[in-house]
Amino acid sequence: MVLVLAIGDLHIPHRAPDLPAKFKSMLVPGKIQHILCTGNLCIKEVHDYLKSLSPDLHITRGEYDEDVRYPENKTLMIGQFKLGLCHGHQIVPWGDLDSLAMLQRQLDVDILVTGHTHQFKAYKHEGGVVINPGSATGAYSSITYDVNPSFVLMDIDGLRVVVYVYELIDGEVKVDKIDFKKTATTQSAH
Amino acid sequence: MVPDAAAADEEKCLADGMGRLQHNAFYMHRALDSNNLKDALRYAGQMLSELRTSSLSPHKYYELYMRAFDELRKVEMFFVEETRRGSYSVTDLYELVQHAANILPRLYLLCTVGSVYIKSKEAPTKDVLKDLVEMCRGIQHPVRGLFLRSYLSQISRDKLPDIGSEFEGGANTDNDAIEFVLQNFTEMNKLWVRMQYQGPTGEKAKRGKERSELRDLVGKNLHVLSQLEGVDLDMYKETVLPRILEQVVNCKDELAQHYLMDCIIQVFPDEYHLQTLETLLSAFPQLQPTVDIKMVLSLLMDRLSNYAVSSTEVLPEFLQAEAFAKLNSAVGEVIEAQVDMPISGVITLYVSLLTFTLRIHPDRLDYTDQILGACVQRLSGKTKLEDSKATKQIIALLSAPLEKYKDISTALNLPNYPRVMDHLDNATNKVMSAIIIQNIMKNNTCISTADKVDTLFELIKGLVKETDEAQDDELDEEDFKEEQNSVARLIHMLRTDDAEEMFKIICTVRKHILLGGPKRLAFTVPPLVFSALKLLRHLRNQDGDVNGQEVSVTQKKIFQLLHQTIEALSSVPSPELALRLYLQCAEAANDCGLEPVSYEFLTQAFILYEEEMADSKVQVTAIHLIIGTLQRMNVFGIENRDTLTHKATGYSAKLLKKPDQCRAVYACSHLFWVNEQDGVKDGERVLLCLKRALRIANAAQQMNATRGSSGHVTLFIEMLNKYLYFLEKGNPQITSSAIHDLIDHIRTEIQSDNTTSDPSDNAFFSSTMRYIEFHKQKGGSISESYEQIKV
Repeated sequence: MVLVLAIGDLHIPHRAPDLPAKFKSMLVPGKIQHILCTGNLCIKEVHDYLKSLSPDLHITRGEYDEDVRYPENKTLMIGQFKLGLCHGHQIVPWGDLDSLAMLQRQLDVDILVTGHTHQFKAYKHEGGVVINPGSATGAYSSITYDVNPSFVLMDIDGLRVVVYVYELIDGEVKVDKIDFKKTATTQSAH
Repeated sequence: MVPDAAAADEEKCLADGMGRLQHNAFYMHRALDSNNLKDALRYAGQMLSELRTSSLSPHKYYELYMRAFDELRKVEMFFVEETRRGSYSVTDLYELVQHAANILPRLYLLCTVGSVYIKSKEAPTKDVLKDLVEMCRGIQHPVRGLFLRSYLSQISRDKLPDIGSEFEGGANTDNDAIEFVLQNFTEMNKLWVRMQYQGPTGEKAKRGKERSELRDLVGKNLHVLSQLEGVDLDMYKETVLPRILEQVVNCKDELAQHYLMDCIIQVFPDEYHLQTLETLLSAFPQLQPTVDIKMVLSLLMDRLSNYAVSSTEVLPEFLQAEAFAKLNSAVGEVIEAQVDMPISGVITLYVSLLTFTLRIHPDRLDYTDQILGACVQRLSGKTKLEDSKATKQIIALLSAPLEKYKDISTALNLPNYPRVMDHLDNATNKVMSAIIIQNIMKNNTCISTADKVDTLFELIKGLVKETDEAQDDELDEEDFKEEQNSVARLIHMLRTDDAEEMFKIICTVRKHILLGGPKRLAFTVPPLVFSALKLLRHLRNQDGDVNGQEVSVTQKKIFQLLHQTIEALSSVPSPELALRLYLQCAEAANDCGLEPVSYEFLTQAFILYEEEMADSKVQVTAIHLIIGTLQRMNVFGIENRDTLTHKATGYSAKLLKKPDQCRAVYACSHLFWVNEQDGVKDGERVLLCLKRALRIANAAQQMNATRGSSGHVTLFIEMLNKYLYFLEKGNPQITSSAIHDLIDHIRTEIQSDNTTSDPSDNAFFSSTMRYIEFHKQKGGSISESYEQIKV
């Protein structure tokens, strides 16, 4: 059981003062093995906070990030899965699943984690899964109205990944889960 | 060298004295063992004579005294044994010991026998004690007298005729124990004070030190008093406190007064202090002017504060005792009386009073304001505080109400609060501002009116305003960022659901942050912009039809404000940030249906792109943001739309690197195809873009051919994907043969010898082909289009 936190678009301090208290109390150091952050933190303090949750932190650059040295995209292996990470402002039209699927094919990953729209999405297509953890602070977005704070926790176990989405709705944390199984045939022979 | 020699002398003296003492003790014991009382007493007398010395400092004398004390315990035990056995009566012993040659040994022995006498109960305890305490007057030498009386106190401790003790006398004997202790105390204090006047005037400091070493001997008496059962509240009020205070005031000695006042406060219960507050406080003005009254007064207030929180039942007593009024005037009087008190001392007093007030009367905001007002008075006329002790105290003073009230609005409502802050220098203001912001963030407080926001920003002006002082440059960059980021976070806490008020808040915040100068604007402008954008959305959510006119007017005002605010970033300069914010505003204007406003914002974005962005990486991101924004906008009429898309495509083609050009141009293809119901679906222009991008890709291929690299291959695969995208969407201009040609081209390139193939290209191509295959097999309308692709 490997826990991977997918989180992003916090936009601290431009659009939000801090993570919701209920989220902060849930995100405890030492429980999460990897963090995939889609970007737009935006300041070093947020980086340090995420780093304290798990030493294996991966961040891609959002267009408001203070640190311009984060990469445009990243790929990594976790267990049997190949994951890709990209903020998403680079893919036009924004939030368009077919265009994101192209990026997924290009990075050749099973799971693509992307952000920018501030709306949670977990979408399966023939090439794999696209996951958008939304905005962890519920920050303003020109793309999505009424953003609820959300983040995603993936439990990777063998060929199976369970995606837990945590959303803060009217002050309460609601959890939903989605199962994905990777079939061996989708993996091209390397 | 002289002190060392003196110290060595003293050591020798002590050693000698100890030696002789032990010598006599030895013989004394031998005499006791052989029941030779007469000899024993003689040796005892000799032994005790060592305590007649004048050449020891109190510290060393104490050592000698302790030795003698131990020996006398054994003597006492002997007396007890003998009297029980009947060899001697107590009264006999009482007589016998008075034959000792010198008065000091005589009195020590007398006290020792006295102890036995009391235990035997052959005489009323009070009589024996009275006798002893009177006789001790025979020793007027300060050090010797203090130790003798201390001895008396020690041996009588467990034999006092207290209420309920076995040594209690008959009726009307409540006061006996108290009388005894008070008398001993009074005499000891007199001796102690007299020590100050002994010896040469040059050694005043040394004497002060020596006196300090002995102070607990005097204070012990007060401790004994506090432990007596007979000293209840009434007794304390009527007798004990007045008598102690009388001695304290009359002795007119600074050291004694300070120590004893301290002692009284610490030794007696807080409940008593509360009920005798007036009496206690009235003593303060009568003390010597050099006594550090503020420390004592602070101690008293702190103790009472702690007492107040110890239990809820206690609070009404405070109200009944009118504690606040009394302490408030006491503080005022003390400050008036001690004109030389440094400002840090004054503030310390007020901090103690404020802590007290916040605990006892948390709802009496007028009291808090009163105290702050008193501070303002004391601070006025002085220059900005620079004394670090004083500033620390002021910070404590200002932080206390914040912590207590939690909601900063309460503190903001106190008229004197900002006035105190006005007296802080810039550095202290910053510290205090940080505390204020922290308080707001921690308590999640929302500040919901423009007036309060205004007051708040006035308070924290150290963080917000640009000053001419050189201090600004000295500040560490990290610290400065943290500071400004905290102001940024604060801005999100300034909000209300009332749209009109919210607009006022935004204007107020803007007014203040524009005073921040170029260094601060990059931090403070974004949160303000997003606050305004949120307000716009809020306005749209409201029932627009009812006051549609008003809404539109307010919207335009907000956009105007946004425009001016973002413009201010040019002074930083911060073109990248400004571009992003202009694009946000453009989209928001689009949502409001305001075409000209939206056009204006996009124009500003384009201008920044043209004039301020030279770095290629920056350009690439910027152009994609522009394209992405434009793609989503539907408010433009044909002409405006054409102008803007033309610009976007033009700039895309002019990026420095070919791959960047290609990608930007094919991104532009989406400008002409919007997947919504009423969205533009201009198949031809889409194709034009794609073809243009393809030409660029070909050019890239040419360039790479000379180097033997294969970077262009991925571009072609991307192009393929884009063609497939539009095929799927139903663009009639996309032909299967075009796709087919692309596929062939890619295959050729991958297999070509000229270029080293990149495995990721292979993977990309394979997955794309799988995608095509998948759709062929899937069935349905899309499948038909795919049917025609020959793989």
